[in-house]
Amino acid sequence: MNELPQQLVNGLLLGSMYGLVAIGYTMVYGIVQLINFAHGEIFMTGAFGALTVYLYVLPDGTTMWIALPLMLVGAIFVAVTVAVGAERFAYRPLRTAPRLAPLITAIGLSLALQQAVWAWYPNAKSARTFPQIEGGPFEIGSVTIQTGDVFLFIAAPISMAVLAYFVMKTRTGRGMQATAQDPDTAKLMGINTDRIIVVAFALGAAFAAVGGLAYGLKYGQIDFRMGFILGLKAFTAAVLGGIGNIYGAMIGGVVLGLAETMATAYIADVPGMSQLGGQSWANVWAFVLLILVLLFRPQGLLGERVADRA
Amino acid sequence: MTALLEVEDLRVAYGKIEAVKGISFKVDAGQVVTLIGTNGAGKTTTLRTLSGLLKPVGGQIKFQGKSLKKTPAHQIVSLGLAHSPEGRHIFPRMTIEDNLRLGAFLRSDKAGIDKDIQRAYDLFPILGERRKQAAGTLSGGEQQMLAMGRALMSQPKLLMLDEPSMGLSPIMMQKIMATISELKSQGTTILLVEQNAQAALSLADQGHVMEVGSIVLSGSGQDLLHDESVRKAYLGED
Repeated sequence: MNELPQQLVNGLLLGSMYGLVAIGYTMVYGIVQLINFAHGEIFMTGAFGALTVYLYVLPDGTTMWIALPLMLVGAIFVAVTVAVGAERFAYRPLRTAPRLAPLITAIGLSLALQQAVWAWYPNAKSARTFPQIEGGPFEIGSVTIQTGDVFLFIAAPISMAVLAYFVMKTRTGRGMQATAQDPDTAKLMGINTDRIIVVAFALGAAFAAVGGLAYGLKYGQIDFRMGFILGLKAFTAAVLGGIGNIYGAMIGGVVLGLAETMATAYIADVPGMSQLGGQSWANVWAFVLLILVLLFRPQGLLGERVADRA
Repeated sequence: MTALLEVEDLRVAYGKIEAVKGISFKVDAGQVVTLIGTNGAGKTTTLRTLSGLLKPVGGQIKFQGKSLKKTPAHQIVSLGLAHSPEGRHIFPRMTIEDNLRLGAFLRSDKAGIDKDIQRAYDLFPILGERRKQAAGTLSGGEQQMLAMGRALMSQPKLLMLDEPSMGLSPIMMQKIMATISELKSQGTTILLVEQNAQAALSLADQGHVMEVGSIVLSGSGQDLLHDESVRKAYLGED
């Protein structure tokens, strides 16, 4: 049986989740040159936000098709609040500090957010079960879309279209591009760069929240550490695509998801190399890909260098 | 009549080092005023402070009688003060047209913006020919034209130009200077910072010579052009 189409779809789905989270890394980096290592935890708080709506806001037994939009709102609300708060109180005071200071702050914030959820979210010391969509799975030709992936299948392309429209077509989006290229000159154009920075954090968090909800639905459980590996993968995707480039984040995510899925599915079949096989090697292939890109195309797949003549 | 821009005892410091040590000057509507002086005299620092990128440690800046000291940079533009920065600072990865549109970021009159973009292309035809090209691919002189055109897009009451002739070929420099005098004849008020004293003073109604953070000499453009000490120090004569 030919399972390639199925593996391609699996890779695309996994990759679009990486892409959703990678957008936040790349946007914030593009504008303030900060690698926001707490972004994986923004993704995690988004997932918990969605769970909170389901468990504590909605009446028991609400059907998922009604619950999902509200869970999405909860996820985005929590993630954006945390990200904007982090920008305002942790990163903004360090805006003019040497680069290492905000970087270390980001790592500290990442640990603090993990521990806060661990300590204060009810029963979050181990994984919590995430509600599942009823029905399915869905067959499209020879490909099966698992019920848990249906949300991702729909939400990822919509999110990316919304983002592209926002950045290219809206006034704030153009202000964002200008701020990314030259913040001082952006101010001279009348762009409120402080506000643009907040928008970048908020927008990145919103997409991470979509990813967080998708993660819960896909894997059926969430825990306070879920943002660590996924955050690293999404960061890898952002670097892979060319950090600072939003299309790069999307493409980097998809390439990473596909590579990981394909390697996991097919490398096990190499005769005499069975010890290389299986899901436990997924992370290895992801980071091998990162190392290869850094060696041979350090600016990333879509990274560009236009000479700025002085 | 009150001056369009009044600077009084302005002091600006980088940490403990004072780069501008209490300068005062005025720009009246319709005038071209120039600040000349060598590298490190504090000319660029002065302009960056006027447009709000740097905060003064002392003194007063009044634009149309209103103090600018507490106004953030992005709001100063909306008051009518546009700044074409030293080194051009165009947005290299955007097209020429998008650069011009960013100059009009605070405006919402679509028809007026399109008209002013056309005006910029009339002023600098080369920009019109390359409107869809990334600005980073332009030559230095063309980038300077774009920076000036972009600053004009906000319909400023006062246009501040920082070293528009820097690093340009003599021919390109002449073109830029000719454009400045054209803008002047159209009634644009200009504050011009230049190292090229000859070119700047021949255009200017008023000139001020800066040395290490202070204004050491002021006068009409023509007077300074013929002043002995200016000729010695800045026009390379002895």
